[in-house]
Order: sequence, then C-alpha cells, then structure tokens
Amino acid sequence: MNLTVALFGIAREIVGKSSLEVSVPAGQSAAGLLAELRQQYPALAELRSLAVAVNNDYAADDVALHERDEIALIPPVSGG
Amino acid sequence: MQIKLTDQPIDVAAVLAAAESEEAGAVNAFIGTVRNRSEGRRVVRLHYEAYPPMAVHQLHRVAEMAQEKWPMLRKIAVTHRHGTLEIGDVAVVVAVSTPHRADSFAACEYIIDTLKEVVPIWKKEEYEDGTVWVAAHP
Repeated sequence: MNLTVALFGIAREIVGKSSLEVSVPAGQSAAGLLAELRQQYPALAELRSLAVAVNNDYAADDVALHERDEIALIPPVSGG
Repeated sequence: MQIKLTDQPIDVAAVLAAAESEEAGAVNAFIGTVRNRSEGRRVVRLHYEAYPPMAVHQLHRVAEMAQEKWPMLRKIAVTHRHGTLEIGDVAVVVAVSTPHRADSFAACEYIIDTLKEVVPIWKKEEYEDGTVWVAAHP
C-alpha cells in the first residue's frame, strides 16, 4: 500500500522534503514503517528518538497503518 | 479550557484573563521566554516548528490530564507560539486557576513539564555559526 508520511524538524531536513510517499506491505505496523525509513535514510537511525503519529496521536509499535491514515514522523520534540 | 497555537506574538494578559474564574482564589502562570544562551553558546534567535493539528490535539490531552489529576482546576489556558522568535520573546504561556494556591503551582508545573514531553513542536537554535535542532541526538 502507498503511505504518505509528513515530516517535521530534523526528519524533514534529513529526508529533504516535508512529505514522503512510501510503499509498504498492506497492514504494515508503525515499527515496520520506522525500520523501512531508517533503512532508506540512515541518518534517521542516529536520532535520539523517532515516533510515528497516526491521526494526531502517537502510535504504538504494533499499530497497523492504513492508506488513508494521516501519518507523521515525530523526531525528538522540544517545545515549551 | 483555552488552547491556542499561534505564529503571532502572544498576548500574555489575554491568556491570564482566560484562566480567571470567580471560583478560584489562585491564578498561576508559567511564561516561557527565549534565552540568549544555550549549552554555553550565544543564541541569536529560535525557530519553532509545529505540526499544528497534532500539537493542538496533544495540548488538549495534556490539559485534560491535568484536569483529571487536579479535579479542582477551574480554568486552563495554554498558548504556544511557533515561527521565528527573537531573544526575550514569549514562546509559551500556561495559566491555571484553582480555589487554593498549592494546587495551582502543582498543576501549572505539570502542564508545562508534560507539554515539553509530548507536544509535536520542535525548537531549532540559531547561533552565530550555525543551527542545531534541540535534543535531536543523544
């Protein structure tokens, strides 16, 4: 299935754009997506943390992703 | 509960006013400002980037969690700014009101501490000789 992943902060700079199309197996998990992206962009693996957000909430590793989900990569946050 | 994300200068008095309540004897506020030094280096300005819909959603969740932990909270108001901020600018205001003051200090601290852990906003420090995304690497 084709996922659209929104990118922010240092993740956006590493990948070079603010939105990425990625092809993954149907039912791919959040952890699986992270593994795939870390392989495509090794600098992502050097970050202190990297989370997946689905529809504005953090997704646990085993959450299954769907094509119409709003997906975003969340590098270490530093608000406040 | 008033939650705002803005790219404009924050009206601090307005956030405090949003936290006022006739049932409260205490209004407590945290004001986060842009500092001119970080890790020993001189900071020129800050850039805050936000994922707006998730940031607003998570700010609401933080406020809801505070309300659960401190049921006596009367009002909560949080405004976070994003964009380019100069030294001395206000980046965030958290204001709460409670009947008695002890709970107001505790709830206010909880909200800013938790906000800093979960809200998808990223700070990039600009120095004279480069920029760094805060806390991005171990």
